[in-house]
Amino acid sequence: MHDTTVTLEVNGVEHSLTLDPRRTLLDALRHNLRLTGTKKVCEMGDCGACTVLVDGRAMYACLLLAVDCDGREIKTIEGLVRDGELDPVQQAFIEADALQCGFCTPGQIMSIHGLLNENPRPSEDEVVRAVSGNLCRCGAYRNIVKAGQRASELSSAS
Amino acid sequence: MPIEHIETLREGEDQKEKLKVVERSGVEPWGRDASLSVVGEPHTRVEGPEKVTGRARYAYDIRLPGQLYARVLRSPHPHARVRRVDSSAAEALEGVHAVLSMENAPDIRWYENSKLFDSTVRFVGEEVAAVAAENEEVALDALRLIEVEYEPLPFVTDMLAALEPHAPAVHEGGNRVGEPKLYERGDVATGLEEADVIVEGTFYTQTALHNCLEPHGCTASWDGDSLTLYESTQGVFEVREQVAEKLGLREDRVRVVKRYMGGGFGSKQIAWKQTVIAALLSQLTGQPVQLMLDREAENLAAGNRNPTHQRVRLGARSDGTLTAIELEATLGVGAYMVGGEASNVGGPYQRLYRCPNVRTRKTAAYINAGPSVAFRAPGYVEGAWALEQAMDELARRLDVDPVELRRKNYADWDQKKDRPYTSPESLRIAYDKVTEAFGWDGYRRLPADGAKRRGIGFAAHEWGGAGHAPGYAWVKLNSDGTADVVTGTQDIGTGTRTGLTQVAAETLGLPMAQITLHLGDTAQGPYSPVSAGSATQATLGPAVRAAAADAREQLLQAAALLLEVEDPETLDIRDGIIFIVGGREYGRSEVEVREVMGRMAPHMILGQGMRGPNPEDKSVRTFGAQCVEVEVDVETGEVTVLRVAASHDCGRVINPTMVNSQVLGGVTQGIGFALMEERILDDRLGFVLNPNLEHYKVPTVADVPPTTHNAVDRPDPEANPTGAKGIGEPPIIPTAPAIANAIYDATGVRIREAPLTQWRVLRALLEKGKSDTNNSMERERR
Repeated sequence: MHDTTVTLEVNGVEHSLTLDPRRTLLDALRHNLRLTGTKKVCEMGDCGACTVLVDGRAMYACLLLAVDCDGREIKTIEGLVRDGELDPVQQAFIEADALQCGFCTPGQIMSIHGLLNENPRPSEDEVVRAVSGNLCRCGAYRNIVKAGQRASELSSAS
Repeated sequence: MPIEHIETLREGEDQKEKLKVVERSGVEPWGRDASLSVVGEPHTRVEGPEKVTGRARYAYDIRLPGQLYARVLRSPHPHARVRRVDSSAAEALEGVHAVLSMENAPDIRWYENSKLFDSTVRFVGEEVAAVAAENEEVALDALRLIEVEYEPLPFVTDMLAALEPHAPAVHEGGNRVGEPKLYERGDVATGLEEADVIVEGTFYTQTALHNCLEPHGCTASWDGDSLTLYESTQGVFEVREQVAEKLGLREDRVRVVKRYMGGGFGSKQIAWKQTVIAALLSQLTGQPVQLMLDREAENLAAGNRNPTHQRVRLGARSDGTLTAIELEATLGVGAYMVGGEASNVGGPYQRLYRCPNVRTRKTAAYINAGPSVAFRAPGYVEGAWALEQAMDELARRLDVDPVELRRKNYADWDQKKDRPYTSPESLRIAYDKVTEAFGWDGYRRLPADGAKRRGIGFAAHEWGGAGHAPGYAWVKLNSDGTADVVTGTQDIGTGTRTGLTQVAAETLGLPMAQITLHLGDTAQGPYSPVSAGSATQATLGPAVRAAAADAREQLLQAAALLLEVEDPETLDIRDGIIFIVGGREYGRSEVEVREVMGRMAPHMILGQGMRGPNPEDKSVRTFGAQCVEVEVDVETGEVTVLRVAASHDCGRVINPTMVNSQVLGGVTQGIGFALMEERILDDRLGFVLNPNLEHYKVPTVADVPPTTHNAVDRPDPEANPTGAKGIGEPPIIPTAPAIANAIYDATGVRIREAPLTQWRVLRALLEKGKSDTNNSMERERR
């Protein structure tokens, strides 16, 4: 395949990349940009570990081709820290022990961000729905739901 | 380190002479009532900030200069001879750097007597060739260009069929793995004669897939004749030893690093083929090579929980006293024994209940499927599924509360080893706590009307989790008063970093934030065993405590000079300040650790510690119990778990947050095992139909109900100097049988085959409906 050029705006920075048109957004992030916080697990949209925000919405990066993301605003787990401070969702995940091995955590956190962007005060059920496409094999689910609700409190307080 | 005792002994099948070493640290155990300030506190995970920011670097995330990416071509046949591998077209593809197959790979023996790339493949997914390329896309393109000529051979994938005469042979010499393993005490025939009631049943447990979210894999990189492996593993030293042996390297020239890993659950406790393949590809190309398995390979070739077939008989007197327990079990281990299976399916039968007459027999069968390996509480999950349902049936037959039946048969000593437990009361406390928290008041016997029926179920467990020698730790006190704690263990997501830091902080009298814990690197830390068997906290905690105590003693000696006291034992440390206990009237009564270390600089204090032996006259075990409530929709067969209450014994709770998270995780995986997780293998075609996360169902957030954990919370000072035992595996054990028992309570249907998917539940309800109708017609006829 002939390589093609694409401009990705990731965490507020524009990157002009030359890549195989088959390359997914996930691989573009992990390989071309070395942003390995976004995880690769199933490569077929089953697990949610690769969730990033595309134009503010939570999406599976393994199901998007990088070339289709030209000009779209992408946010990854690496883009959340502001001035060295964890954001409210990140803080809430630590407080609620919403992680064990941590491999699904970036995806879970981005899904919660996607939810809070649309709905700053979600109910428990809405948090459950928001992360129902994010598998956690360690089984931290109950704490992830708590973290989602806690994040909403922390966000509205700040 | 102080070696207390050393002797020669012969053990293992080869009766090789070994040195048995007993080391003892001399650290006194923390008593049951010891007043501790850091240990026991619910600290958040020390590595939390790394994990929530994406900075935590997993094996999959390693990016070295010039790194290549490898993929593996796998057998599409369950059993075949590989006639020829032609990789010339693949090698010619632009971006391909090397191809390995049986045509050019060195003669390295792997599973049993087979080779790394063998000329016979014995399961769908077995390694046939591997490609290293510029990127994963090119590596995949190259795999498609490799031509392989196979000669298909007869195969067998069902464990019972494999043991039939004339079954296709997975290996020369037949499909039975060694001799059946027999355990016997008393006489079961006599016990059954004495019984007033006998409960019998045949149970089946499925093949479950670990599905660690981070697949197995590593990045291999050579520097001269030294090899570094960034590996997703539960045992850096095990991988080092195995890789050094396979490649003929010195152990000190192999470094295995694992900072973070995306789940293990037992399947990452050995070195697998891909690690050596990556090392060979890296050697061939002169560039680092990353070889991570894709999801399909992860599910085909990197371990699974072995299926079991269990025939169970329980005999009891009419007052409920057990007189006989009998198990005849068959396991399917896959195509090879890989080491690390540890599936002790007879375990729960041998210890959980008091019974003089017990017989368990286990036969393992090779089948043409991916090899099995330990999966969280191997054997016990499978054994408890059957035993705890049989106990439930017995309670029903005797019309007694199932918890009372278990209390009636309480075992307060280890019947297998014939010695007392260090914590004989733990299981009783678990029964008390869990039934109280749940509000257990005996079975519901709710009227059977409407589509949605509710029921409750109970199950218990016992397990190891004692930890063991050896295991080592170092503590380095730095000139600014901070401390590095160094071990060669690994944190597989269970909270090891946090728990061990707490033990160090408690012993050193330093704040948690002043301590950095180092682990997961064979080149930096002293030997620690594989993180498995719920052993890590109980193995390394005492070693860290001993190392910290050693450092503390030296620190107090130095502080005694500064404070001008003769006896350092009159000093104590808290929050980084060394003080004279009880104070003094004149002069200085305290000094900061930082000041003492600063005055010593550049000298440092180095503490060393190791794990002493477990008690020889007592048995260290863990115990627990769970209650669940379910709702069964009898029209759809759907089962919803409404709530779970758990109580588990892990000795001293080092950190309640980490312990509770382990319980949540175990219960979640237990729900998966009970209701949905099942590898589907087509016995006619010999391949797995669901080696992915689309069709192999693991629990999602919506499947997990509110879950409470009331820890037994009783330090076990006879177990080891920290009094803590393991909690990683126990919580998965009782969940599935408790759910099955609850389904029976709700519907009157006993389903002995796991998992309890909708169609199994519906089928069982239908069969019961038919037999109920027949019975009532029968009655009407009369």
